[in-house]
Amino acid sequence: MGCRGACWAKMAAMRKALPQRLVGLKFLRAVSTPSMGALPKRVKIVEVGPRDGLQNEKDVVPTPVKIKLIDMLSEAGLSVIEATSFVSPKWVPQMADHTEVLKGIQKFPGINYPVLVPNLKGFEAAVAAGAKEVAVFGAASELFMKKNINCSIEESFQRFDAVLKAARSASISVRGYVSCALGCPYEGKISPAKVAEVTKKLYSMGCYEISLGDTTGVGTPGIMKDMLSAVMQEVPPAALAVHCHDTYGQALANTLMALQMGVSVVDSSVAGLGGCPYAQGASGNLATEDLVYMLEGLGIHTGVNLQKLLEAGNFICQALNRKTGSKVAQATCKL
Amino acid sequence: MGNVPSAVKHCLSYQQLLREHLWIGDSVAGALDPAQASDLANLYCFQPYVSGLSVSLAGYMAFNHWETSQSSGLPAFVKIVEVGPRDGLQNEKVIVPTDIKIEFINRLSQTGLSVIEVTSFVSSRWVPQMADHTEVMKGIHQYPGVRYPVLTPNLQGFQRAVAAGATEISVFGAASESFSKKNINCSIEESMGKFEEVVKSARHMNIPARGYVSCALGCPYEGSITPQKVTEVSKRLYGMGCYEISLGDTIGVGTPGSMKRMLESVMKEIPPGALAVHCHDTYGQALANILTALQMGINVVDSAVSGLGGCPYAKGASGNVATEDLIYMLNGLGLNTGVNLHKVMEAGDFICKAVNKTTNSKVARASFNA
Repeated sequence: MGCRGACWAKMAAMRKALPQRLVGLKFLRAVSTPSMGALPKRVKIVEVGPRDGLQNEKDVVPTPVKIKLIDMLSEAGLSVIEATSFVSPKWVPQMADHTEVLKGIQKFPGINYPVLVPNLKGFEAAVAAGAKEVAVFGAASELFMKKNINCSIEESFQRFDAVLKAARSASISVRGYVSCALGCPYEGKISPAKVAEVTKKLYSMGCYEISLGDTTGVGTPGIMKDMLSAVMQEVPPAALAVHCHDTYGQALANTLMALQMGVSVVDSSVAGLGGCPYAQGASGNLATEDLVYMLEGLGIHTGVNLQKLLEAGNFICQALNRKTGSKVAQATCKL
Repeated sequence: MGNVPSAVKHCLSYQQLLREHLWIGDSVAGALDPAQASDLANLYCFQPYVSGLSVSLAGYMAFNHWETSQSSGLPAFVKIVEVGPRDGLQNEKVIVPTDIKIEFINRLSQTGLSVIEVTSFVSSRWVPQMADHTEVMKGIHQYPGVRYPVLTPNLQGFQRAVAAGATEISVFGAASESFSKKNINCSIEESMGKFEEVVKSARHMNIPARGYVSCALGCPYEGSITPQKVTEVSKRLYGMGCYEISLGDTIGVGTPGSMKRMLESVMKEIPPGALAVHCHDTYGQALANILTALQMGINVVDSAVSGLGGCPYAKGASGNVATEDLIYMLNGLGLNTGVNLHKVMEAGDFICKAVNKTTNSKVARASFNA
């Protein structure tokens, strides 16, 4: 994981030679950036395309396509790939095949395949299907919580507590999500103090990492900074991640700010999969390709092979019959 | 994210969200009188030629955010140079009719933008999209407090521009020999000679000249460009009398690290107040690069409404950073721009319908479909 403080980025090795047509990728030489100060040397990317991405696509993707996507992502060097969600198909039909997907994917050594679980029942189903890591989904907004999973924040903690206890007994890691960290589609502004409170609670309950999500992409770098300042007073930076949506084009700038603040785990989605259910026609997740491009340009190690990642993105876009949401993919694939 | 809510209709409308999150306030509130606006601009823009700049503050909350922005080390005021009508339309496949261009520019003039690059006095043989430069220059309504620079590649272009009523011009250099050769068919040294003639004539007539340096973060032919080369070219342009140098990431390949290295080098020779950044969003890096530039003290940013203009070097790729998305970020940071985001979005909607394309602005996409 990344390290904070006075660690200077070193000149990384030259990138592998790429086909001439991939113009922009020639520029991904690691840059010595001693004066950037606190940027981490390594960033762990949590790929949420197969779950957060596909969950928010209009079309339901067939199981074999999902499995192939996840296998391609595994080969691209990603170390964490969120595979699916054990929620009721009544609410999320796109994830109805959760058991088949988790059982069907190749589990590469060294790669984690967390799955979302809303409650103990979902957790048990996930474990039965072979899950070794799960994630629980909280929110910093009462209204969002009510409308999303039909309970209050406090009630959700009780549900998660049951999951965390069971996970601890089974030696299964649990990641926590906090939605609406930079704003809520129902409540509007969310106070950094509230985000810190919910984050602290999840961390103290046993989540090893908390992903702070700008669910509707409304945040900007200043708000990201204020929110992280509040949260970091309660939870160490190494246990934090950011999950920025690109609905208003702010995701990469917000992510950069988070890196400058010492966060070294970033969620993203291949091809920027997933729209935004709150703004029809709008984009959703930050595209993994665009994130990797920035990190490599900054000399930050990710372990990801951008070429293979582009191939995975290309594959799923063809399967979904949609254009990529990644600008890097857009620029490189049409030459 | 959880399941798709059935209660989307209960969401705050995008206008309400924008008001809360963008600190836009009421668009009709808080127009400054010209004297106040001029003081404001002079204080933050280091602009020798600004007078009577009319800034319509989009809400009292902008003032409240100045303290935040100052303490965060970011400039309190950012001048946006709108290049949509020139850099944007020049790179669009469709040639836009003259009357549409004029209407477009007139609409932009009413958004609070203080600089709008109108057209380019280059030969129509090279840039057919700008063939109507004289008609456009003569046809637009020149609002008080708004400046309308035009590109002039040489003395001939400059003279035509002045005859057509131009009161500000720009010259276009590059930090790459290959790019200079392929783009304007001469070496950097030869181009400097031409620009010197133009800038001298301009100064003689009290016409401000802006200098551009293309390929500041990379070249489609040469690959990486050293910061030292960018500095050398910028210094030449500044030395010959350009009041401001816009450093362009022409093919959008830059990332925050390369932006920072380049600016560190250039800022050793040229004061930050005389610099601007012109970021293309071909690889999605523009806003992150702009944020980096702001953190380094730059307070002039070029952008194009709706992200107009593709990239001639990467077919199908996007081009300029969208003005709407830039304003969204600046508003969120509490930085004053004087520009009304809603009106910019409306102008963007107008031009996109006219050229029959979807906007490249994510803010516009999220807002107009909500």
